[in-house]
Amino acid sequence: MHKPLLAFNENGIYCEVANVYLDPWKPVDFAIISHGHADHSRYGHKKYITHHTNVPIIKHRLGDINVSGRNYNETFTINNVKFSLHPAGHIIGSSQIRVEHRGEVWVFSGDYKLEDDGVAVPFEAVKCHSFITECTFGLPAFKWTPQKEVFSDINNWWETNREAKQTSVLFGYSLGKAQRLLKYLDTDIGKIYTHGAIENMTEVIRPMIDFPETTRITRETTKQELLGNIVLAPPSAHGSTWIRKMVPYVTASASGWMAFRGARRRRAVDRGFVLSDHCDWQELLTAVEATGAEKVICTHGYTEIFSKYLRTLGLDARTENTQYEGELNESDTKKESESVA
Amino acid sequence: MKNFAELIRTLDSTTKTTLKVNALSEYFKEASDEDRVWTIAILSHRRPPRPVNTTLLRIWASELANIPLWLFEESYHIVGDLAETIALVVPTSNENSEKSLTQFLREMLALKKETDEFKKEYVTHNWRKLNYYERFVFTKLITGGFRIGVSQKLMTRALSKATDIDEDILAYKLMGKWDPNTISFEDLVLKESASDFLSKPYPFYLAYGIEGAVSDLGNVNDWSFEHKWDGIRSQVIIREDELFVWSRGEELVTDKYPEFHSFTAVIPNGTVLDGEILPFPDNEIGTFQDLQTRIGRKTISKALLAKTPVILKAYDILEWEGKDLRQQPFIKRRAILESLMKRLSGTELPIYLSETVSCDSWDEVASERDRAREMRSEGLMIKRKDSTYQVGRKKGDWWKWKTDPLTIDAVLTYAMRGHGRRSNLFTDYTFALWDDEEKLVTFAKAYSGLTDSEFKKVDSWIKRNTLERFGPVRSVTPELVFEIAFEGITESKRHKSGYATRFPRILRWRKDKKIAEANKLEDLKALMLT
Repeated sequence: MHKPLLAFNENGIYCEVANVYLDPWKPVDFAIISHGHADHSRYGHKKYITHHTNVPIIKHRLGDINVSGRNYNETFTINNVKFSLHPAGHIIGSSQIRVEHRGEVWVFSGDYKLEDDGVAVPFEAVKCHSFITECTFGLPAFKWTPQKEVFSDINNWWETNREAKQTSVLFGYSLGKAQRLLKYLDTDIGKIYTHGAIENMTEVIRPMIDFPETTRITRETTKQELLGNIVLAPPSAHGSTWIRKMVPYVTASASGWMAFRGARRRRAVDRGFVLSDHCDWQELLTAVEATGAEKVICTHGYTEIFSKYLRTLGLDARTENTQYEGELNESDTKKESESVA
Repeated sequence: MKNFAELIRTLDSTTKTTLKVNALSEYFKEASDEDRVWTIAILSHRRPPRPVNTTLLRIWASELANIPLWLFEESYHIVGDLAETIALVVPTSNENSEKSLTQFLREMLALKKETDEFKKEYVTHNWRKLNYYERFVFTKLITGGFRIGVSQKLMTRALSKATDIDEDILAYKLMGKWDPNTISFEDLVLKESASDFLSKPYPFYLAYGIEGAVSDLGNVNDWSFEHKWDGIRSQVIIREDELFVWSRGEELVTDKYPEFHSFTAVIPNGTVLDGEILPFPDNEIGTFQDLQTRIGRKTISKALLAKTPVILKAYDILEWEGKDLRQQPFIKRRAILESLMKRLSGTELPIYLSETVSCDSWDEVASERDRAREMRSEGLMIKRKDSTYQVGRKKGDWWKWKTDPLTIDAVLTYAMRGHGRRSNLFTDYTFALWDDEEKLVTFAKAYSGLTDSEFKKVDSWIKRNTLERFGPVRSVTPELVFEIAFEGITESKRHKSGYATRFPRILRWRKDKKIAEANKLEDLKALMLT
């Protein structure tokens, strides 16, 4: 029997013919990286290839690594295997990875969403025979509201807090979610302050995307100047001493998990905005259908449930264990996972 | 409905008590009288009987969402709340309903008698028409049980704020049996009338557990000591030749204890006793499990009455000769209680005095506590001699000092997702011990005792070490050892081991222990004999 083009081993998703890994979780010689979140782009590979807008991002995170950038839809060949990157719409610089050999096409989705968020290049469906997909929110209970409505809620919330003379503290991952929030905050309401981790990442991305002005919070920042303004902070700042500077403040979290009341309460934020950089249930189904794939492999999230449902639709769907952090969610504040939000 | 849904949303989206009280009191000021009464009823767990069974709701929701039933069930296991799952999966609308909360509840009351077809039409019509949050609230009203961090006390405080009526008086008025469908806000809250109070109990005064050293309480002579009985905390009321028995959950349970009916002939009208209902087979205090079997039965048969008779162990008197004694010092109330009990001696009524124990030093108090198992108590109650009878759980005057629990080291074998705040986290665990054949047999389920951060760690471990899945339950690799604390052991078919424990909870995660070092079933049996 002929070997599959992509296989799952202890290091990651492996293409034996090309001797290349996709988003490996252990150090390897050659890695093609879907995007800059920590569980997909790890330290220690000898050589990295990723989308060119992701290059400064992973260099910022991983230091001086041997990385080269590619454009979307640009084909590059390794040992007769054709590779190309395609927009995944997850965060800036995120790609799906297409792999073709002897007429057989596989696509690895990385993380993705279908809605155009105005920062990342929007998702494009890629036809393939086998589709390796995430399904972080692969449950019919997840149904996103258009981001326009969510941002209008966020800005209303900020304005109400400002009127009540309180500082708004909004939590979102420092890569991806923070910039998406930043893009749509209404600066007519007030000023935007940032936690250092978010400011550093945003500085890296600013040359590529137009963002409103932000002010980094430092030791010198006073309560008075923050009052009524909005602070963007990573989830790990919740409950830290750093946040005491904001008193009196109101907190909110922007994440797909906020769809659940239990998650909102566990997170102990005053407000939860349902805003995700992953697909909801319907988006996942739409994406799977658009690929035309007959084989689907689910890597992280509600994999068992989603693949079982795909089987009822007649697809050859199964799950594979990976170290992408699908079941982690916002409650994991100590060890911040940049991957899921 | 719009205002009520908005209220629930506000209450549900904040963890701050003051914000909750403000939102609720604003609502009470603005809502119609009918809606106020229903809101009080719902927040004090007096919801109307469930008009539709949940199996049907699940089927209809999965049909409307166009997903197979198994997928709906999986979603429910993860979301952890049926009404929320339904609200999430069915297609959404943006409309608000003009109908009031009262109208919805009246419709639901009427719905109970209708055919399943009619019910389906009614329920699915509303699901389609209501927006997400109203749909959630609507479904909650059908399934019952709003757990949104609003205690009766918080609700009473908000109502007090809105009406300017004293909080304690309100707590008293809202207790007991009243029907939100017939009572007016005027009658329930505003009007004062003596006859209304016939069945009404007083709010219970609850003790805190002792923190730190018991000798920190100061002069031992300022305190009164008695054993802490392990039964059902109850108030027994005798007024106008009628008997009322209330449990601490504010449930009127008179019918469950027919043996107490003999009280009315002997105990004078205008008497309210505070005490513990205890099982009393063979003229001695039985186990809590005896009582539990009896509570579980809908009808109390003669055989059951003979097998598990109950007594009232009285420890306080709140009303005497129709007068409220709660502001009197404890020892004065006790004196009245003791003289009443003396009058009753020789009557063979199923009522006993909870004797006070005299102690001249804290050491004596400690050794009395050590007698707890012999006395079949849970430890000691320590009450300040001059304490008034207060409302709710208050620190300072009443303390419970429980015996140290029994403990055993057990292996985690199964895990289930939690509910509410813990939905989507594996927080309900089953534990096992080694049997003679060196097999792990389950003996206890526990879901408290770890910190949030420990739960997260165990949850993440469970997800990585799952052996098999059975719906919401997973079996896991036997690897983690926990020290389990509990209060007693009885034979039971509930678990594989053939034993069950009372109040099992996790004491600590024994990271230092391997599964081979966990205890044997033999060890559990040995503890039973101590």
